[in-house]
Amino acid sequence: MNKLLKNVTWILIAALGAVAVGGIALNRGESINALWFVTAAMCVYAIAYRFYAAWIAATVLAVDETRATPAERLDNGRDFLPTNKWIVFGHHFAAIAGPGPLVGPTLAAQFGYLPGTLWILFGAVLGGCVQDMVTLFLSTRRNAKSLGQMARDELGALGGTAALIGTFAIMIILIAVLGLVVVNAMKHSPWATATVTATIPIAMIVGLYMRSFRPGQVLEASALGVILLLLSVAGGGLIDHNETLRVWFDHDGLTLAWWVMAYGFAAAIMPVWLLLAPRDYLSTYIKLGTITLLAVAIIMLQPEVKMPALTQFIDGTGPIFGGKLFPFMFITIACGAISGFHALIASGTTPKLLSNERDIRMIGYGSMMLESFVAMMAMIAATVLDPGVFFAINSPAGVVGKEAIEAVAAISSWGFPVTVDQMQLLANQMGEATLFARTGGAPSLAVGMASIFGSAFGESMLALWYHFAIMFEAIFILTTLDAGTRVGRFMLQDMLGNIWPKMGETSWAPSVVVTSALVVSGWGYFLYIGVIDPNGGVNILWPLFGIANQMLAAIALSVATGILVKSGKLKYAWVTGLPLTWLVIITSTASWEKITSDNTRIGFFSAANDLADKLAAGVLPPEKAAIAPHLIFNLHLDGWLTLFFVALLWLIVADMLRVCSRYLTGKPVLPLAEAPHSPSRLVEDWVRD
Amino acid sequence: MFNKIKAFWRGVRHLSGDDAYERYLQHHAEHHQDRTPLSKQAFFKQWQDEKWNGIKRCC
Repeated sequence: MNKLLKNVTWILIAALGAVAVGGIALNRGESINALWFVTAAMCVYAIAYRFYAAWIAATVLAVDETRATPAERLDNGRDFLPTNKWIVFGHHFAAIAGPGPLVGPTLAAQFGYLPGTLWILFGAVLGGCVQDMVTLFLSTRRNAKSLGQMARDELGALGGTAALIGTFAIMIILIAVLGLVVVNAMKHSPWATATVTATIPIAMIVGLYMRSFRPGQVLEASALGVILLLLSVAGGGLIDHNETLRVWFDHDGLTLAWWVMAYGFAAAIMPVWLLLAPRDYLSTYIKLGTITLLAVAIIMLQPEVKMPALTQFIDGTGPIFGGKLFPFMFITIACGAISGFHALIASGTTPKLLSNERDIRMIGYGSMMLESFVAMMAMIAATVLDPGVFFAINSPAGVVGKEAIEAVAAISSWGFPVTVDQMQLLANQMGEATLFARTGGAPSLAVGMASIFGSAFGESMLALWYHFAIMFEAIFILTTLDAGTRVGRFMLQDMLGNIWPKMGETSWAPSVVVTSALVVSGWGYFLYIGVIDPNGGVNILWPLFGIANQMLAAIALSVATGILVKSGKLKYAWVTGLPLTWLVIITSTASWEKITSDNTRIGFFSAANDLADKLAAGVLPPEKAAIAPHLIFNLHLDGWLTLFFVALLWLIVADMLRVCSRYLTGKPVLPLAEAPHSPSRLVEDWVRD
Repeated sequence: MFNKIKAFWRGVRHLSGDDAYERYLQHHAEHHQDRTPLSKQAFFKQWQDEKWNGIKRCC
């Protein structure tokens, strides 16, 4: 009877999910309630978690709950430490959920709500969650080794080197694009700039409090910090209304870009306890709080999604970024569907805390489902806006024109009516001078969130909600920027240490300064070009980031597939092999188009040639002619970088196939690096907290 | 109900690292009775520096 009831429940969930997904997919012409998206997501996740993830854990991976994990065997009371599964889940989720799943879906909403929604749902349950869970499992079985080490041990030196280079490259591009998102959110917005600036001294106060005033009182210090942050949102408003103070914070993009670079450098050489660690606490709390609030608001308010299911831009003419639905939508939404970066957290960091293998499903698969849900909410926040408003905020001036009149005319001519008055009213409500061409996704997400929060919790505070949302995004973008620069610095020190051992000493001041400066100039260069590029920069950098991130995912899935085959599980290799194949297809197609397309909005080289021809013919306006040589150089660089990424990807896949075919034909391969079985001493009902 | 709130609060403290020193003392008492444990300040310094060694945040 009990079993029957369970089966009926699951059948009902499946049916409801099918109705919701079908309703979203087939709805045409009229608006659809956002609650359908939440329902569809919940049902798809529930089914996938209950059946697919459970099957992978039990049959493909054969997790063994009697086997001691590295946390138990190597317990040292500090980094290796058996920890309650909910705590590990919290750490893991906080580490993987950055700004990526908020930006990607917002940009991809230019194709309509449907493609992005389906990719977020099915890409996650069939690809991203599987990648995270399998990587977590493999690393747990290998004493919490990192992805790079596993690639080296299982595939060979090539895989390990590729993972290292891939990680470094992705870090540089990621920081540049996130820096650009923050710069675009602060551009000529004294309120946003003042609030974001205030987060720096606030983090330092919290850092000093935790370190010296009341050592180790993390929660006290964080509570103080959160209060100060909320005050800084209101304080930014006061500054914005003060004629003398506001000019201090009113800057153009380039000035802000220099400040962001200076900040990144300072943060990378400063001790972690002063800035990075406290900032991370604050961003984690604000992130969890805001995401929960957004979910509650969406469920309470049940807003209507106004974006059509599909727009005409699936043909590749979209204003936010050029390129057809296939493959560019799949590149644009990486985090939220499948993100290679997660493999770096799932290997190395999280396995050191895992107390039992049976929790791998919940932590690996479950965290990624939650991240996918965050992406889903970003999609809802973008699509509840009037499409005309959405395109006015996100279309770069280089595409729709610099003047408001031109922009609204262009956007209205696409069939998304919007007026200058409407945009001005919205900007006034949000406490901003203008909302035209605020590319990067953060401002439109903030407008979407502000309107959802405003309707749910009080219309009168729209400007506060808007700047709260900007602060929320900026604070963890800057955390990623700090942490990324630091990781880049460590990696560079490690690499240079092979040539000159002294450079490898992570605390030797000259090495710290030189390597930090190198990393900052790496991403700073792309940030600089992104800011001076009249087409917004995001449309170049974001696809590049997507390609790099998917390449990293392909590395992780190649390692996983190779290990599955080597473990004699060829018949299950499709579990990681299919997502890998799909990633190889989309990354290769996207790279191919980025390199060879004649369309100047897609192809890097054709855009460079086009610009060079125009420059030679003297048809460019003087301000554009001045920057054209930089843009041409950068387009060439981006083209070569893309080629490099895709070549690296194919090398790894070929290497994995070589290892598999050697194994299958009985030739010697590197042995499995799995740590030997030792029984767990932690009993079933061990008090796990 | 009260027990649930207490368990939740324990979780929050655990997740944030607020009780890291208490857990360290406990671990120390169980495994290394021969040595004197670090002071709270010294422990916290070490804990924080170690926590940020490596890739800890993602996109």
